[in-house]
Amino acid sequence: MSALILGWALLAAQIMLGLAMALAVWRIARGPRAQDRVLGLDTLYVNAMLMMVTFGIRTGSTLYFEAALVMGLLGFTATVALAKFLMRGEVIE
Amino acid sequence: MMDAPDLPLWAAVLVSLCVVGGAAFTLIGAIGLARLSFFYDRVHAPTLGATLGAALILLGSALCASVLQSRFVAHEILIAVFALVTTPVTFILLVRAALYRDRAESNEGVPPLN
Repeated sequence: MSALILGWALLAAQIMLGLAMALAVWRIARGPRAQDRVLGLDTLYVNAMLMMVTFGIRTGSTLYFEAALVMGLLGFTATVALAKFLMRGEVIE
Repeated sequence: MMDAPDLPLWAAVLVSLCVVGGAAFTLIGAIGLARLSFFYDRVHAPTLGATLGAALILLGSALCASVLQSRFVAHEILIAVFALVTTPVTFILLVRAALYRDRAESNEGVPPLN
């Protein structure tokens, strides 16, 4: 009974997170300017990280937790580097 | 596909509420990102998912792991602290870059540089 409740709740959460990722991808494709695309990429990273956490709840393994941590780190670095590029035209000066 | 850990009923209900609530907040943030019409409006929307949505989902995950192993498991705090610290930094940098670009092209609706 409790496994059924949790299973359906996780399925609903994963569908909602998938929709959120699709909307972020739509913003990346649509633009209209470079900063909108970077914002969409950051949202996509955060939503994918949360999706990994829901997979981790479902399976109960810590492997997904580590994947989520790495995705958070990489997303932060990517967004900062892209913002720096938009500001100065170079990442490392 | 529908396999899930076998928690006590109260824990299953609490974890379900946390996870579904967090995912709903994240979806609302993404809808705002897709629907709002100006960049400076759009920056506000995804922060809902990065703060409240992430906090609720990570709380659900920590609760589930703690009940399953019947001890306090909270390595999710690492992700929560990291997300809380980095989100404002990235968005401040991004908005400063966008302001710089808009001022360089002297677009409409951008505050002047004194």
